Amino acid sequence: MATSKKTARVDSQQALAVEVNHVTKAFADKVAVRDLSFAVSQNEIFGLIGPNGAGKTTTIRMVMDIIKPDSGSIAVLGEKLSEASKSKLGYLPEERGLYKKLNVMDSIIYLASLKGMDRRSAEEKADKLLVQTGMQSARNKKIEELSKGMGQIIQFIVTIIHDPEFIVLDEPFTGLDPVNTELLKKMVMDSRNDGKAIILSTHQMSQVEELCDRILMIDHGRSVLYGNLKDIKAKYRSHSVIVDFEGEPGQIPGVVDKHVHKGYVELVLDKGTTPKQVLDSLVRSGITINRFEVATPTLNEIFIEVAGKNHE
Amino acid sequence: MNRTFLIFRHEFLRTVRRTGFIVLTLALPVLALLAIGVFQIVSGIASPPAQVTKIGYVDEVGSFTQFTIQGNINLVHYDTPDAATQAIIKKDIAEYFVIPHDFLSTRTANLFTTQKELAPPDATTAAIKNFISSNLLAGKVPADVITVVETPLNLVTTLITSSGEVAPQQAGYANVLVPVVFAFLLAFSIIFSATYVLQSLGEEKENRLMEILLSSVSTRQLLAGKVLGLGAAGLMQVVVWVISIPLLLGLASSSIGGFISTIHVPAYFWVLGIVFFILGYLLFAVLASSLAAITSTVREAQGIAQLYGVFSIAPFWCLSLILLYPNSPVWIVFSIFPFSAPVLVMIRLGVIGVPAWQLVASLAVLALSVFGGLLLAAKLLRIYTLMYGKRPRLGEIIRNLRA
Repeated sequence: MATSKKTARVDSQQALAVEVNHVTKAFADKVAVRDLSFAVSQNEIFGLIGPNGAGKTTTIRMVMDIIKPDSGSIAVLGEKLSEASKSKLGYLPEERGLYKKLNVMDSIIYLASLKGMDRRSAEEKADKLLVQTGMQSARNKKIEELSKGMGQIIQFIVTIIHDPEFIVLDEPFTGLDPVNTELLKKMVMDSRNDGKAIILSTHQMSQVEELCDRILMIDHGRSVLYGNLKDIKAKYRSHSVIVDFEGEPGQIPGVVDKHVHKGYVELVLDKGTTPKQVLDSLVRSGITINRFEVATPTLNEIFIEVAGKNHE
Repeated sequence: MNRTFLIFRHEFLRTVRRTGFIVLTLALPVLALLAIGVFQIVSGIASPPAQVTKIGYVDEVGSFTQFTIQGNINLVHYDTPDAATQAIIKKDIAEYFVIPHDFLSTRTANLFTTQKELAPPDATTAAIKNFISSNLLAGKVPADVITVVETPLNLVTTLITSSGEVAPQQAGYANVLVPVVFAFLLAFSIIFSATYVLQSLGEEKENRLMEILLSSVSTRQLLAGKVLGLGAAGLMQVVVWVISIPLLLGLASSSIGGFISTIHVPAYFWVLGIVFFILGYLLFAVLASSLAAITSTVREAQGIAQLYGVFSIAPFWCLSLILLYPNSPVWIVFSIFPFSAPVLVMIRLGVIGVPAWQLVASLAVLALSVFGGLLLAAKLLRIYTLMYGKRPRLGEIIRNLRA
């Protein structure tokens, strides 16, 4: 299990957007984050995952300088976060809302002004983003007149309107229909391609697999998985193959167990047998093979396995 | 642009555009104008155009024959009560009075009238009194002496200081009226403005806006911008009232005259009024911020706010005692107690000259309380503003404040 206490290395060619070193935060009745270290580079989408109450929100709030760590250090965009540098950050918190009685444009302009934008620039950029998201008809509506999904898009616009270098998105797709989910995913990917650093915190493991380059999983305030998503999946790969075939292969050397599923069979191999040897045996048996692949666990399965172990 | 100023401007504009704020601000001048208008209408109805009224009288003493014309009232002599009663039946007169034969010893006359009234009108009483005194004094004292006797005494009071100079603020009911009304409005303005702070922070917490704001500004900037922005709105309200009161008094003097025209409120009263508003508001505003931080909903916070809000209006419950005994040690203590000081000092300033040491002590304690409250509010906001759900217990709050 990857429980690195040191900041894992990222590509040395890439500048670090966030560097968290040995951070601990305790509240009156519990320690929310313990000795946590990680780094996020520019031009990447970094997944922050973990079970409920694991310490994700506390970690994000410390990165955003909303609350201070008890110990450890956090550098954002190469410096300790200050009031001035907050304008370079965009934050979409999980618990979010807007002024219900204000109209959409006034809400966007006010919150953009707090990020250092002047009124004219904010209005021009807001109009562009409203058009891009198909929300231009809501421009003069009051926030309370919008649906939950529409409000969500306005909040996303508020998060990125000032062109931040570093963006934190906490459950950004909650409440969105599939069309708007895809729209926002595309905008997130575009931001990454523009060189932004993005932390994506979500319980939707499929979205993490789809969007993220590297991940950090925390549980009970500690890092339990950290690194490149491919490496993590390889590490948790079980020693088995998935086969869909027609016919009876008989006894296959090196296979110690067999799990029959609808449409395929999972063959568990002994330690000395490689998938290629099994494939050769199957071919030699003369059966028709429709599908053969090395079994790789989904992030969801890894999450359940890791989180489950920590809660045993 | 400075972020504190951006929050200040946002809160100020949002508040002054609220219907409730506009209504409250305009309520004083509009209601006062209405009151002046109603007074003029009612007094116009109650005082119909001058016309001669006849009142009958029966003189059993036999000495009352002259001076039968008293202003607009003509006194008509009848020989007997029956004759006067017949005149009433014929509607020649509406009422008559009898001066009995023993009047000089009993000094009692009897009025018979068809009007159902609590007491005879002042004009009727004055006419009868002057008719009797004029007849009794005729030929015994000069006419101008009779006039002096019949004219009510006009006693004009001038308050002087211990050094013998005319005091800048004169006593009397008229001069107490404005400070009491002003103190009442001050209490309301302080409570309303502080409530706006509570509502504003509470709504942002309830609507989950707080975290978005705090990713752009610090707790200190948020608190300062809100308290100053909403305070500026409250101050604007007080200034509108301060400007409108002298204008209204001038208008009232020209239409009501007398009582109102004697009102004189010195400039230092208004200056102190604004200083006490600013400090009183800041104290209640920082407390409101603390409450908004530890509670989950605006309604819950407003319920608790009533507990300390009571102190600002409590002086009005004891208004008569304050007016009767303005220098009581109890009022001196509560003039220094920060929650009641703004309103109580304003009321006492209308009755007496509050000693300078009391004013200094009151303002100093108030300023220190504001400073302490500000530190408390900033810390509570940092700790609790992002905690939703159950309100923390007092013990937990104290533990976190110490941590």
